[in-house]
Amino acid sequence: MDNKVKVVLGVIGADCHAVGNKILNHALTAVGFEVVNLGVLVPQEDFVNAAIETDAKAILVASLYGHGEIDCRGLRERCREAGIGDIILYVGGNLVVGKTDFDQVSKKFQDMGYDRVYEPGTLPEQVTDDLKTDLQKRGL
Amino acid sequence: MNNVLLIDFGSTYTKITAVDTEHETVLGTARGITTVETDIMDGLNQALDKLFQHTGKLEFAKVLGCSSAAGGLKMVAVGLVPELTAEAAKRAALGAGAKVLGVFGNELSEYEIEDIAALKPDIILLAGGTDGGNKEVILHNAKMLNTLGQDVPVVVAGNKSVTPAVVRILSETMTEVRHTENVMPKLNELNIGPARETIRDIFLKRIVEAKGLNRANKFVDKMVMPTPAAVLTAAELLSVGTHNEAGLGDLMVMDIGGATTDVYSIAKGDPTKSNVAVRGLPEPFAKRTVEGDLGMRYSAEALLKASGARMIADYAGTSETDVEDYVVKVSKEIEYLPQDSSEEELEIAMGKACTRVSADRHVGQLETVYTLYGNAFVQVGKDLTAVKTVVGTGGVIINNSKPEEILKGIVFDEVSPNVLKPQQPEFLIDQDYIMASMGLLGGEYPDLAVRLMKKYFVRREQ
Repeated sequence: MDNKVKVVLGVIGADCHAVGNKILNHALTAVGFEVVNLGVLVPQEDFVNAAIETDAKAILVASLYGHGEIDCRGLRERCREAGIGDIILYVGGNLVVGKTDFDQVSKKFQDMGYDRVYEPGTLPEQVTDDLKTDLQKRGL
Repeated sequence: MNNVLLIDFGSTYTKITAVDTEHETVLGTARGITTVETDIMDGLNQALDKLFQHTGKLEFAKVLGCSSAAGGLKMVAVGLVPELTAEAAKRAALGAGAKVLGVFGNELSEYEIEDIAALKPDIILLAGGTDGGNKEVILHNAKMLNTLGQDVPVVVAGNKSVTPAVVRILSETMTEVRHTENVMPKLNELNIGPARETIRDIFLKRIVEAKGLNRANKFVDKMVMPTPAAVLTAAELLSVGTHNEAGLGDLMVMDIGGATTDVYSIAKGDPTKSNVAVRGLPEPFAKRTVEGDLGMRYSAEALLKASGARMIADYAGTSETDVEDYVVKVSKEIEYLPQDSSEEELEIAMGKACTRVSADRHVGQLETVYTLYGNAFVQVGKDLTAVKTVVGTGGVIINNSKPEEILKGIVFDEVSPNVLKPQQPEFLIDQDYIMASMGLLGGEYPDLAVRLMKKYFVRREQ
């Protein structure tokens, strides 16, 4: 169990959407990751603390209720502050309200420091494949 | 001969309780001054003389002791993230009955090593990283502790993957390095039992001797644990009961002293309402917290700061100036006892403030989260609203004429409904001051300990 790569997973902010979280937890575990699942209603601080203590290689943030931009901003900075600035950060879900062009949304979140940004309808396999690729690139 | 003698070597008094195990009665209690500086037996003999004046000469089949003398068991806890492994280490130390002098997180600096050296702990608990998690910080901290310049027993309870390396590093300068299971094997999974047992074991093997308590060894069969651990054991017994003797269910214990206020809760503390998500570190079933800034004498001025003069003045029905004056008076004169009814009211009010503030800190809190689908609640800590019993122990409470007034500070307050304190508790007073003794007795006679507590604790109406 100790040799598995650990990833932190959670739904950020005042958001209680639990279904996608469970699916991702399952999908990530199935392909061999050890998931540190923080569940729903997770503040930024808890993502960072969990990653430090468990030596996780990636933080996967979900936001489904439209306040993603407010909740997710500053997480990269917080990681840098805490000494884990290089950690892989993914974000996905209904990140903004209304019909905004996803390329714009993606750009916005990448500027905030997220390595990958996923739109609604993304299949879990894509996330796990990307994660394997990114870890490999970093030699982890 | 079925008499058992239970001794609590306290910081000020050596308190003894004689129990007849056959007739299930407390034969008597007495106290002497703790004389750990010279010969601990002097104070004990003084107490025994007083006891025998009441009971006549007694022989004892067994003598068990606990101690908080010579500063108690002083500990420093070291972890990684302050809210996670550092907090878990602190809870393990408190659960072992220690006085926690300092809690340190992240990589220790030279300055912090100086701080730890100045605190002169009896034991250091070193944690950090979940199993398979962060390795660097605990290794760094082990190296830093080597520069402490003191030979302190260290309990290593961190990331299991590097435990051997950590032990190897520390063994370069420390004689006693013991490793045990991680206080947090997985994120947000608390595992403080093994660390607690290791701490108690070192306490018995080394600290008792270092503090000169072993001079009582000829007389005492077994020095079992630090006093707070004995109280915690008693509380757990009274709550859970035994196979043969029913317990009282979820309960809390309040012990106010001159310098600190101890709060114990024996309850899972799961949410009592629906639609509540629990966040943060899981809570130990048997939980102890100690407030170093809440007390009646040494900490009276700190209490005033923590509670505000207004709270005490309101309780006592007097002015804030009166409160401030009285606090100055009693902190200067530690032995001062109230001289008239208005001073007695002030004492009760101070006690009630200690109870209220310490309980507010001990219990969990409910936070309302406004979501698009209505309100949701997040609970951090224990929900103790359904606790049915509150036990008051310790000199301040049991020697007061209105202990129930002091304990009222623990009751749920509708003004702050987010603070999850007991809503309708019954008050029990440990009138004969036998609780620590019952914790000791419980190790060998658990049924009897539960029955005696039920028999000798006095119920007081709110």
